[in-house]
Amino acid sequence: MNTQILLSAQTLDIQSCIDWIMSPESGGIDVFIGTVRNATKGKKVLKLDFEAYEPMAISEMNKIAAQAFERWPVQKILIHHRTGLLQVGEVPVVIAVSAAHRDAAFDACRYIIDILKQTVPIWKKESFEDGDVWVAAHP
Amino acid sequence: MKINILAFGVTREIFGSSEISLEMTNDATISNLKYLLEQQYPRLKQLSSYMLAVNNEYALPGDTIHERDEIAIIPPVSGG
Repeated sequence: MNTQILLSAQTLDIQSCIDWIMSPESGGIDVFIGTVRNATKGKKVLKLDFEAYEPMAISEMNKIAAQAFERWPVQKILIHHRTGLLQVGEVPVVIAVSAAHRDAAFDACRYIIDILKQTVPIWKKESFEDGDVWVAAHP
Repeated sequence: MKINILAFGVTREIFGSSEISLEMTNDATISNLKYLLEQQYPRLKQLSSYMLAVNNEYALPGDTIHERDEIAIIPPVSGG
């Protein structure tokens, strides 16, 4: 298998992502690690709560990986995403791409996170000191 | 026909439930469903946007809904 997709309520294990993506054929590995930031527009963020429509989210993540394989000469793609409650500094998403040459790995990794944020049915609720907000829900 | 609609994120809060049921005619389309939903839940019109999914795929306004389809309302996504 050259694709690994995971939605998990458990802490993402970054080292095991890297171990999986490594191969003797690779000349470069690009890893994107998303982290929970402590503020949004100057307001202190306490925590984030992620919710997913799981079967569709898995299906959309597989589609993005398939598109990346079509567009770039990459060897392996890993997309892991969290669900549930995350504190500041925790990791909601890990994307790893391996390729023979670095340009393809960089470009595909960037593409995967950008499209994931547009199409994969996952939602986050930000908790502030004065209440909770579903991100991007309202104009 | 009776259809069930799964709801997530802000739409789960608007519906007050993670699943609702509606009665629709047999040849109903996604746009018919949107119209009905917005009549019953006017707060949907305040969202930046939302999509409907049928059987785990984003649906187009003209798509026909069938009984036993898995339908979900998809408010603006914010993963990553």
